[in-house]
This record gives sequence, structure tokens and C-alpha cells, in this order.
Amino acid sequence: MTTEEKKDYSNVGSAIGCSNDGDPIIQVRNVRKWYQVNKAIPFFGKVDWLKAVDDVSFDVRAGKTIGLVGESGCGKTTTAKMVLGLENPSADGEAEVGEIFFQGENINELTTAGKREMRRSVQAVFQDPWSSLNPRMRVNTIISEPLEINTTMTKQERDTRAGDLLAEVGLNPYQGNLYPHEFSGGQRQRIGIARALALNPKLIVLDEPVSALDVSIRAQIMNLLVDLQNEHDLAYILIAHNLATVRYMCHRTAVMYLGVVQEYGDTEEIFAQPTHLYTNALISAALPSHPDIERDEIVLPGEVVSPVNPPDGDVFMTRTPLPVRKNHKFTKERPPLVEVGKDHYVVETPWSTVTGHDLSELKLSVDQEMKSVDQEMK
Amino acid sequence: MVNKSDIEKNEELVDRDGFGPSTVQDEVVLELKNLQTNFTTKFGTVKACDGVSYSVKKGETLGVVGESGSGKSVTALSIMRLIQSPPGEITGGEVILNGRNILELSEKEMTKVRGGEISMILQDPMQALNPVFDINNQVGEAIGIHQKVRGKTRWNKVVEALRKVRIPAPEMRAKDYPHQLSGGMRQRVVGAIGISSNPSVIIADEPTTSLDVTIQAAYLRLLKQIQSETGTAIVFITHDFGIVAKMCDRVAVMYAGRIVEMADVREIFNNPLHEYTKALIGSVPRLEEKTGRLPQIEGQPPLLYNLPPGDAFAPRSPLKFDEKDALIRPELVEVKKDHFVQLSRCSVADFDKYKDKVSY
Repeated sequence: MTTEEKKDYSNVGSAIGCSNDGDPIIQVRNVRKWYQVNKAIPFFGKVDWLKAVDDVSFDVRAGKTIGLVGESGCGKTTTAKMVLGLENPSADGEAEVGEIFFQGENINELTTAGKREMRRSVQAVFQDPWSSLNPRMRVNTIISEPLEINTTMTKQERDTRAGDLLAEVGLNPYQGNLYPHEFSGGQRQRIGIARALALNPKLIVLDEPVSALDVSIRAQIMNLLVDLQNEHDLAYILIAHNLATVRYMCHRTAVMYLGVVQEYGDTEEIFAQPTHLYTNALISAALPSHPDIERDEIVLPGEVVSPVNPPDGDVFMTRTPLPVRKNHKFTKERPPLVEVGKDHYVVETPWSTVTGHDLSELKLSVDQEMKSVDQEMK
Repeated sequence: MVNKSDIEKNEELVDRDGFGPSTVQDEVVLELKNLQTNFTTKFGTVKACDGVSYSVKKGETLGVVGESGSGKSVTALSIMRLIQSPPGEITGGEVILNGRNILELSEKEMTKVRGGEISMILQDPMQALNPVFDINNQVGEAIGIHQKVRGKTRWNKVVEALRKVRIPAPEMRAKDYPHQLSGGMRQRVVGAIGISSNPSVIIADEPTTSLDVTIQAAYLRLLKQIQSETGTAIVFITHDFGIVAKMCDRVAVMYAGRIVEMADVREIFNNPLHEYTKALIGSVPRLEEKTGRLPQIEGQPPLLYNLPPGDAFAPRSPLKFDEKDALIRPELVEVKKDHFVQLSRCSVADFDKYKDKVSY
């Protein structure tokens, strides 16, 4: 191991629930990603903004996993894309776009060499192992492509390294001469992981790495990921909508809704005492592991609301089954994360947390749910 | 011996899935007897469905569980007689629906059965719906064929079917095209087509795999609700034991084209006998507590054209066994009342307990 010089974290802004302790690899601070959906008609119309990610902050540390959870369209993948540098934070002229720091340095201000190092250190594994591997390349070529671009290794060295990587993810090195279609889903996902490992990254972004796989294969891949993390001290950002997977793999969890983090903190704290109504709804919708397990079923009326022009106040207020007070200040102003327990932060408004409410009140029958949706449509 | 308090305890358990009392009735609506489906490929004959027998009662939900390639979908397609021939062929067995063997029906008679008495909800709603026709057209097609109605009557029935699957504002939605609906709504439309002719059996082939957790929960609740209203039997094909725990009354676990274990859902979870069932249940992380390292099933599902001669699960079984035991083709035996296991020395740890039930 080479002794690395001490990184300078003095530029990094502060955010609730985040700190510079333990030399974080990536720090995301108040990041926004707004997409402009239309052009304003001069003097008349106003611009519509799709707020995919709105003011998200978290830290990623070596050897730890952070989970981003939420329904489709909640901005978890957009966040990950910004960490990977595939998207730049953006907003309208007035709002702050936020910053992402790689080892204490703003990634937009990195030197060319710094950028190269960051791209080497941050890798990704994608959801669908059928479309993320080029069908016309042999597995060896797929795995050694990043080596060819980023290192000065010779062809022979690269092939040896590819063989080593295949062995590390539980495949046979001779399988490097095969094409992706000759593998099953789980094996393909292993190839994807080997490719991500090729450059000895510090952080891997896992975008639903197991949801396309058979349940029996999921355990193999999850165990492999955990083993690799322990072995290489890797940091992971895990994007998932399966809460059981999150509880199994993640040290920290951020529950997102409409581009805003609603509950954030230590995974075990969150699962021990889920406070936000949305987290509770996700937990109640998760499948039980035994037929005798009964959960308080909390039904959120309707489906995810469109992220175009979300409310200025609490984004959850259009989805909550609890009554919203009309003149409350959080209908106009974004409520901040509040510390509710040790390393446990929640967006707290009278209608968004379960504190002080009886969960059984929130049970809804299918017909009631339909009626409320019907009313909404009218 | 079962004492009385145990029975009472079990009766209490019936209503604990949150879906209200059990809807199972005694009348058997669908029965498979030794169904066999083969495919001829360039690698040899694939026995995708190799002597499958199960039955579903009125109002019952049977879960068919297994990995990809275990033959669960082929079995379902064989019931519907939708196997493409060639290369596929139903080579033996019977499918008895409401008292008659539908494998003997002519293609014309089968068209009436398909979508009428028995219907299917497919996995991907975007592929199941035609993007160039509106919802009215697609739901109405099934209603028009099976109920011979047209015009205003047909329109009313379409709206009613959409209302049954709780699609908000059905009169407006019926005029929409599939791309205008969200994934969950699309899957509900597919469900509406399925239930429009009051079938006795619905085969649901992983209908929720492409949906979000919250939408999935709502959809499962909806299917249960429809079942309690109409008394339909549901064959639920899935690879997820979580769905089984939530939805099903009885479970059949399939491996390499055969049923390896079949029992009541609580019996399967509390007392699984086959190693494959144990592994499938054990390999899912739990939400209720922090799980330690997950037990995993080693290896890959077998290639169906190159199956081991005897017990197909033997190469992946964690048990210790004799090489020659793996060559014996195991039989599906009823070891307890309504608990069937494919008894093999290689993959059932308690084999010796039930040794007298088989001749090997």
C-alpha cells in the first residue's frame, strides 16, 4: 500500500447528516438537476422545469455502501449519473446547482489528470446484463477495454489481468474467449462486475444490479459484491427499490421521493424506526418472507406524481393520505431534514411522518383508494 | 399426533395474510395429469415439461415457483395450448378443465375456451398490448369474441371491465392508447382483458416483475379482491417466494421441468423438505431483521437438453450422497397429507424417514 498524502477537505460545504470524517471518496452537496421541458413564450408563458434531483446531499466512504431507494422516477439514477460525471448538475438561473467533490476537490474544477483519476476510480455496474455487454466483443476484450484506454499495459498483461478478474468474480479464466450470449444472466452480471473492477476503482455505482436476475442467483451476486467490498475496501452506491436488498447490503440509506431525500441515515436506525410515511409505505409494500408476517398496510393514493413543476413546499404533500394544513409554512417552503435519532434524519412536516399517528388509520381498502383517485382525476 | 390447540391455532392463521378469509372452495376446476411437452432442437429433445401434475380448486391461488428455464411458463402455455409446433409438442398427459380434457378439443373449440374459460396475464404489459389500438379496441376484442356483443353493449362491458380492475375514470381511459398509461395501469388493462369473460382459471405469468414495489403491492391486492368477488382460480407463476407468501394458498416448486415439492404455503415455509425449496426460501434477504450472509445455491440451472439421468438437482445439492443414488429417477410422493416431495437420497435430507414410500 502506498501512503497517500492527506486530502484537503476544506472546500467542501456542510450539509445535514454529512461530515468530512473518515476521508469520504465522493461528497454530494445540495445537488440539483433540473431539465427544462419547454421554452417560454416571450412575455407570456413561464418555463416548466422537470426537477429530477432537487437539493440532494450525501457522503460516500471507503468500505461502505450507501443505498438510494425510491419508486421509479424519484431521481435515484440521475443522482448516480451525476456522481459518475455523465450528467452535470443544472438548475434555472436562480437556484444553486450544488457541487460534487471527489476526495475533497470539486469535480468541475479538476485538472485533466485529476479528471482521469476520478474516472478510473468511479465505475458502474448496470441493471440489465443483457444490454450492458457488447454482443460482438469477446469477454476478454470487454474486460480489458478499460485497461487498454487507461493504462500502458501490453496485450499480454491485459489478458492475464482479465483472466485474474474473471477468477475473482467466480468465473473460469478460459471463459474469457467466449461471447456474452454464451452466458446466463448471473454470469453476465459477474462479467459486468469484473469490468468495473478492472481499474481498481474506489467506488462502484450499482444500478439495480440484481433486479433483472432470478431470485436464486441474486444471493450469489449480492454475496460476491459484499466479498469484493471487504477485500478491496470498495465504496458502493446501490440503487434499488427492493428494501430487503438495501437492508442486506447498505450501511447508510437515503429514501428519495420526487428528487428530494425524505429520510436519510444509518440503515439499521431507519429500519428500526422508519419515521417518514413514505418509508413506511415502501416497507409495507415490500413482500413478506413468510406467509404469517402481517404488516400494517399503508397505501399512498395514486401513483408517483409527475416531477414537472413539483410543489414549492414539501413535495410529499400531493401524495400523503394525511390532511395537509393549507396555510402551513411548509406548503410554500421546502422543509429541511431534521435529526430525529442517532444518525437518522427525516423531512418533518405534520403530514409526512408517522409520529403521533395510528398506522391502522392509514389502511385503505382498494375501493377507497379508487374513489380517492377518481376524485383526483375530476 | 395433532392436538386440538394446534388445529385452533392453524385456523387462526388462515386470515393472517391481510386479504380477509380464505376463498378456497372444494370444487376442482383445473387438473393436470402427467402433462408432457417436448421441444425438438438441434441439441436434442428438450423435455421442458416432464410429467407435471397439479390441480387448482375454485377460488384457490396456486403458486408455481422455479428459476428461469424450470418449465413453469411452458406448463402454462401447454395448458392454453399455445405451444408453437414445431418445435414444440404436447406428447402426453391430460389437462382437465371443468370436467373435460381440453387437449382433445379441436382448434375451433379451443378458441372459445382460451380467453373465455381460462385466460392468461402476461409478464410485460407493453408487449401484451398493441400500441396502435386503443384500450377499448383491445379489451373489447376479447369481449366481442366470447360474449358476442357489439356496439353500445360492448362499450358498456369494456367500461365495466376497466372499472373492475380499478382504473380511475374508465370512460376516459378506454379511449386512450397504451403509451398514455403508466406501467401499473397498463398491467391493469391486461388484467381487465383477462377477467372480462369471467374465466374459471386465470394464469398469471409473473405479472408484477416489471412493476415498482408499491404498484406491485396494489396489483396483488387487486387480484385477490377480484378473486374473492368472482371465485376465480389463479395459477400464479413467479420466481419470488415473497409473492408466494403474500398471495398463494398452495405452492408447487418446479425444477428442470418437474415438480419437486408441492404443499400448502405454510407447510412449505415452515417445513420444506427438498433442498431446492429450502435454498430458494433461504436465499432471499429478510426485511424484518438484519440478515447474516445469505446462503446461496451453487451453480447454474441445468441445461434441459443435457439433463442428468436421475435426480436433476443432485449436482447442486449440498447433501452428501452416493454417486449411484443420483442415477435413480425420483418419484413425487405424498409424504404427509397434501405434502408431495420428489423423494431422492440426493436432495431430501429426511429421505430415510420416508424410505418405505418408494421402492428404491
